[in-house]
Amino acid sequence: MLIEFIPVLVLFALATAIAVIALVLPAFLGPRRPSRAKIETYESGKLPYGDARYKVPIGYYKIALLFVIFDLEVIFFYPWAVVLRQLHVFGLIEMGIFTALLVVGYVYEWKKGGFEME
Amino acid sequence: MQDVPTTWFLLLGAILFTIGAVGVLVRRNILVMLMCIELMMNAVNLTFVALGRELGSLTGQVVVFFTIVVAAVEVTVGLAILIELNRLYQTADVDEVAGLKG
Amino acid sequence: MRPQLPTLDLVPLYPLLVVTGWAVLVLLADLFVQHKRALGYLALTGVIVAAVVTVALWPGVPTSFQNMAISDGQALFFNLVFLVTGALGLLVAIEYLERKDLQRGEYYALLMFSLAGMIAMAAAEDLLIVFLGLEMMSVALYVLSGSNQRDMSSIEAAMKYFILGSFASAFFLYGIALTYAAAGSTNLAQIGSWLSGRGIPKDPVALTGLSLLLVGFGFKVALVPFHWWTPDVYQGAPTSVTAFMSVGAKAAGFATLTRVLYSAFSPTFTTDWVTVAAVLAAVTMTFGNLAALVQRDVKRLLGYSSIAHAGYVLVGIAAASPVGVRGMLFYILAYAFMTAGAFAVACAVERREQSTTTLADYAGLAQRSPLLAAAMLLFMLSLIGIPPLIGFWSKLFVFRAAVEANLAWLAVLGVLNSALSAYYYAGVVVQMYLREPGRSPAEEVAFRPWRSALAVAVFLAAAATVVLGLWPGAVVNLLMGV
Repeated sequence: MLIEFIPVLVLFALATAIAVIALVLPAFLGPRRPSRAKIETYESGKLPYGDARYKVPIGYYKIALLFVIFDLEVIFFYPWAVVLRQLHVFGLIEMGIFTALLVVGYVYEWKKGGFEME
Repeated sequence: MQDVPTTWFLLLGAILFTIGAVGVLVRRNILVMLMCIELMMNAVNLTFVALGRELGSLTGQVVVFFTIVVAAVEVTVGLAILIELNRLYQTADVDEVAGLKG
Repeated sequence: MRPQLPTLDLVPLYPLLVVTGWAVLVLLADLFVQHKRALGYLALTGVIVAAVVTVALWPGVPTSFQNMAISDGQALFFNLVFLVTGALGLLVAIEYLERKDLQRGEYYALLMFSLAGMIAMAAAEDLLIVFLGLEMMSVALYVLSGSNQRDMSSIEAAMKYFILGSFASAFFLYGIALTYAAAGSTNLAQIGSWLSGRGIPKDPVALTGLSLLLVGFGFKVALVPFHWWTPDVYQGAPTSVTAFMSVGAKAAGFATLTRVLYSAFSPTFTTDWVTVAAVLAAVTMTFGNLAALVQRDVKRLLGYSSIAHAGYVLVGIAAASPVGVRGMLFYILAYAFMTAGAFAVACAVERREQSTTTLADYAGLAQRSPLLAAAMLLFMLSLIGIPPLIGFWSKLFVFRAAVEANLAWLAVLGVLNSALSAYYYAGVVVQMYLREPGRSPAEEVAFRPWRSALAVAVFLAAAATVVLGLWPGAVVNLLMGV
């Protein structure tokens, strides 16, 4: 039943309330004396420099795209790994073919200079 | 603890799919359109997983594996085309890319 | 515990395996071969090998791959259509790419991968395989249409094709999900037996799934009102790509559409989809022809003409009978030769610095290159449906099936449309034969049969248009076995 989720709801409400209080209260209580150092972007202690928006070299996107493809092919290893023991040699050969095809793509990309940053 | 009924998942899937479809039709930025198509695909994934659980068959989950990869491949190709488009037009707005008409 | 291991029955998949394997081979060869033209011929060899394998499997293998793939007569016939299209597409590309300075190895590999996707679609007996084949074909085609990176319209075409194509894929996928929800399976035969075995005559979920699938197919084969991408993409893409995809993608879409409608949604939903298909066919052919009337660009004109022809093909499907299916199969074969041939001529006429051809480029073609003009004349006459060319028989078979299925109004509309289409096809002929060439005539390649690959493609398509038109019985006999 939904009633079981009430503690979660209470937790949500508490968390929101604390966050709101922590933000609103100082605005009324504390003094406000802004200085350059105070209004600067907080970068975990490092001094901020430059603009956040700048052009990334196109080679970066190329490698990111390749990463997405090869990263996602790994998804097929998971179901295979679950039944690896039952599949015996058959599964091994199947995965061998799959991996070989991936390697073809990898070698192609490599030889074509897809991994170079220009 | 009781499970969330499948209907809710299906409803959520339908809503997400509709948001994605409307987004593709309404938005003019190609990146946003790509994201909307992704949203549609993932809404279908959700539907498939929920149905697989409801029907007690593995097909639903297997389909999702393939869909995820297909969606990624699509997006990769789409982004690659977008990079080329950006190189030639310096824009990601579909209305500015309208050389072919008639 | 040992779960039952799948029995490997690869025989029905031989054509697919040959094409896929060959595509990988072409991809690898691209790394070592400097002379990219050779890769085109390597790919062509693969297509021929796959065609031989397909013919060897005739008249079909009953067994299937875990009930996921089937190689019956229909699938094999479609394989042949795809392979013929692929061969024509390769022959056209080898020369066209050279002339446009686009000669690259991945073009041929991508074309082969796209071909593999089409073959998978025709052989699919499971909606998941349909989807995978569809994506394999489409993604390769998106890249191919953008393969001229220096040309803005090529990239624009690729982007439009990609956005609308994947939008359609999402609809298609949701259709699969809802069908799965209704029938508990993605296997076409199982869906069919489940839907017809149940008490509820019209399951609303299945009906919604069917309509979403139809939307997806409508986009892929460019039916009105899902056709908006077609003229732009056909015009913007490199002409050699258009020649390949205008036929291949459409044929693959119809291959699966037929199978989904006839085996999964029959007989429970037959009355529903017959109505929808008939209306779509009527709208599609009328709109395609009307829009083609005002075009000045030949690639765009042929794009609208291909929309109209999708309408004629759909007439065969709407007939919902074996006669209709055979008519549709014949039509697609005829369409492959006529349209691929016409685009091949467009490739030859196209100037080096342009990516498209206007009607004015064809002015006086008969004087400059009589054989090329004669071939284009044949294709135009065949597209109108003048006997005894192949286009006449294809229309005859499809319309006769419609009359037999009590859809006489559709057949009448089809004939009227053919008459309408004569106007714009004749416009091209008039330009070629009656107009004087302009001041700077297009630099079409000299038409020397057996000397250039492009000429071979044009010659083969023209020969098939005439020979199969004079002896349609050869194909009809083949189709009786389907």
